[in-house]
Amino acid sequence: MCLGIPAKVIEIKEDNTGKVDYLGTKIKVNFSLIDDIKVGDYVILHAGFAISKLDEKEVEETLSLLKDFIENK
Amino acid sequence: MIVESFRNKEFIEAILKKIQEKIKKIGFSPKIMEVCGTHTMTIHKFGLRKLLKDSGIEMLSGPGCPVCVTPNEIVEASIDLLSNHRNLILATFGDMTRVPTKKGSLLTSIPAEGSFKKIVYSPEECLNIAKENRDKEVVFLGAGFETTIPSIAFTIIRAFKEKIYNFSLLSALWLIPPPLQAIVKSEEININGFLYPGHVSTIIGKKPYEFIANEYKIPGTITGFEPVDILLGINDILDQILESNPLVTIQYKRAVRPEGNPKAMNMIYEVFEKKDANWRGLGLIPQSGLKLKEELSQFDAERKFNLKIKSQSKDLRGCRCGDVLKGKISPPECPSFGKTCSPESPRGPCMVSFEGACLAYYKYGY
Ligand code: SF4
Repeated sequence: MCLGIPAKVIEIKEDNTGKVDYLGTKIKVNFSLIDDIKVGDYVILHAGFAISKLDEKEVEETLSLLKDFIENK
Repeated sequence: MIVESFRNKEFIEAILKKIQEKIKKIGFSPKIMEVCGTHTMTIHKFGLRKLLKDSGIEMLSGPGCPVCVTPNEIVEASIDLLSNHRNLILATFGDMTRVPTKKGSLLTSIPAEGSFKKIVYSPEECLNIAKENRDKEVVFLGAGFETTIPSIAFTIIRAFKEKIYNFSLLSALWLIPPPLQAIVKSEEININGFLYPGHVSTIIGKKPYEFIANEYKIPGTITGFEPVDILLGINDILDQILESNPLVTIQYKRAVRPEGNPKAMNMIYEVFEKKDANWRGLGLIPQSGLKLKEELSQFDAERKFNLKIKSQSKDLRGCRCGDVLKGKISPPECPSFGKTCSPESPRGPCMVSFEGACLAYYKYGY
């Protein structure tokens, strides 16, 4: 089952494991599959691993496209 | 905060309106396959299947549920292991334990002396279990696509490095592009567009789907799991149909990069190699599954326990999961649906798994 909702990174340890906040719950996660991760980033989780980092710039772009849609309705 | 925007009613209505205008221009009712089981769930949960149908679009569910596509012979092999082998811990993801076969399910089977089953959330948990139970064998029945496979590859590498030799993998690992090729090649159904899976694509990127646009001229887009994502994806496919320009676009740009996740891909092929594999419903598909490389074969449960997994096992009588997975029938067309098959007493994995199309139809209506 894919978890569509991103989780916020709250702790990264030296061995590349750490914790995320997923809908208010703290979960242990392995960050070994992605690079350049820092506390405060949003990640996509799957089976105990972070598999992708969320690009917040892209979120903004999609939202502005959606706003265009509404204005040109 | 992100989630709310992607479930916003105003946005949904605005995109739906665009979709309806485009359908009028197209002049026929396109059939669009949502490949991923989690897409199927979103589409049902938010009532999109009906909204889209009323707008002139038929959504078909695809093969994107790993528990569903795993043929019964693999589940039966795990049941045999658990009930015949002493001091063995059979670990797997939750819904795998409820898949019914002619030998019952993992949940109902009686373990041999000193053996038991264990539900895990991450494959890595198996290593701790193995370390704490050195006198037992720990077998992980791993069902998954490219989304899950890197985490299993990582686990195998750790087992190798840390010499955890009482751990092994019973592989039910599937690659997504080959069954899509099998579906378009078979021409059993005419598909006008694909919603490609969001999280498989975070790993494999867009390139592995390009043959579908180039050779088969079928439009497609990689999309996310919120209702707005699904509708934006469909809107994109309709644009491609209108412009007669089939492509693989990425609508889910916030999570998917065109190149995927090369680090995870390298990890997969450090540990596994491709093999021909037998899928439920779709049959034998060349180079569509994975097995451990020769040098890691000590972690291969099939070899370790000399399992003879033959592709002979059939679905339970009256179950048409195979046809559901190909998009050939929709779940309510199965004669057992809602009669002899329900989530409380499932006859097939499509009614068991949280990504199964039959469960989505049953739970949320259609
Ligand atoms: S409704 Fe039940 S019996 Fe029919 S295809 Fe789905 S899982 Fe199989």
